[in-house]
Amino acid sequence: MSVLEMHGVSRVYGQGAAEVHALTDIDLNVEAGAMVAVMGPSGSGKSTLLTIAGSLEDPTSGEVVIGGAALAKMSRNDKARLRRRTIGFVFQDFNLLPGLTAAENVALPLELDGMSARKARVAGLKALDELGLGARASNFPDQMSGGERQRVAIARALVGDRRLLLADEPSGALDSANGEAVIRLIHAACKRGVAAVVVTHDAQLASWADRVVFLRDGRVTDRTSPPQGPESLLEQEQIR
Amino acid sequence: MSVRHALLALLSEGPKYGLQLREEFEARTGEVWPLNVGQVYTTLQRLERDGLVESDTDSDTDGPQKGFRITKAGQQELAGWLRTPSDIASPPRDELVMKILVALRVPGIDVREVIQVHRRYLVELMQQWTRIKETEAEADLSLALVVDAELFRLDAVVRWLDDADGRIKRAGADLPAQLSPPQARGVSPSLRLRIGVKKR
Repeated sequence: MSVLEMHGVSRVYGQGAAEVHALTDIDLNVEAGAMVAVMGPSGSGKSTLLTIAGSLEDPTSGEVVIGGAALAKMSRNDKARLRRRTIGFVFQDFNLLPGLTAAENVALPLELDGMSARKARVAGLKALDELGLGARASNFPDQMSGGERQRVAIARALVGDRRLLLADEPSGALDSANGEAVIRLIHAACKRGVAAVVVTHDAQLASWADRVVFLRDGRVTDRTSPPQGPESLLEQEQIR
Repeated sequence: MSVRHALLALLSEGPKYGLQLREEFEARTGEVWPLNVGQVYTTLQRLERDGLVESDTDSDTDGPQKGFRITKAGQQELAGWLRTPSDIASPPRDELVMKILVALRVPGIDVREVIQVHRRYLVELMQQWTRIKETEAEADLSLALVVDAELFRLDAVVRWLDDADGRIKRAGADLPAQLSPPQARGVSPSLRLRIGVKKR
């Protein structure tokens, strides 16, 4: 089942001579349980693709469908509700609220969605526990390492029953060990049925994805083939 | 990869048979580098000739039952090898680098497309290595190290391609001029020597 569908999505900024085609005719389909990486140089349209997929911005033309519902037909309130309930965002610089503890940060989207503070706190603690951060629940962001903060941000993105995870350079501010820990969490969420789009220029991160889409100058220029089994790799190596 | 020194390393733990050496070599390298028995015996013979290992003097026990021990000289050779930086200082003549340089000058070839074909291939390879990391390397430190080495190596190539792509894009219409600058003197003779470029 498709969680995210983008059909012929284009985004143009400015008019006339100042017109910039940020995205041109993007088709993308992400099923439940799939992890798709979007690679491309800066300025290739990666972040625009993510904000449009996340309903934060409207396309100039084309259609975005999330969980079977077309965004174009939704009111602002409907879209806001969709973002609170269905979509989780992860950013390069974590975007945790500094005045809230880890547990409060994670519980916040549920509270904003009308859940009682007590219930939201229970769900938040559960999400933290699942990512091995139970002991950090009452820490404030500045009392945690970068890797821990990003894991809290992932718990916040997954709390409740989110089906679509959108991550923009999630390991960009982390060293390779923490970056791998973060991508493993996203990968594990996909195994539980979450659909994820990870925007990155890091090939090691992208190689965790089931599919990699290459973006250049706002267009999809290439995609990887379905991955082969590891056997083919091990056989081709010959010792000298 | 030096089979010679890998065998010395295994023998530094104690005497072993040829077949046992092969099995342990494969296990220790995460079974990524298969080794045939013939290679093991040829290498052992050379090591013995050079006085770095000794075999059982009892001539009845030949073949798979023949045991080998490391000598004092073998231990010194192994210690010396481990401390000697591997020969990675001078860049190899990378075929991919050559291809990109050539593609820049061949009419009708879109060099950025050539770059993308290689980028996709490399990312697909990295996906395969990552599957191994995900499924098998968790409980096997040797395999995890081998897989990471491969991933970092491929990643470096992808980064170079990304960088090349950017440079070529920035050169834009100025590309032909930048390919043959009027004051081209090339690299200095000492650098030429170090990177192994032959003088025309």
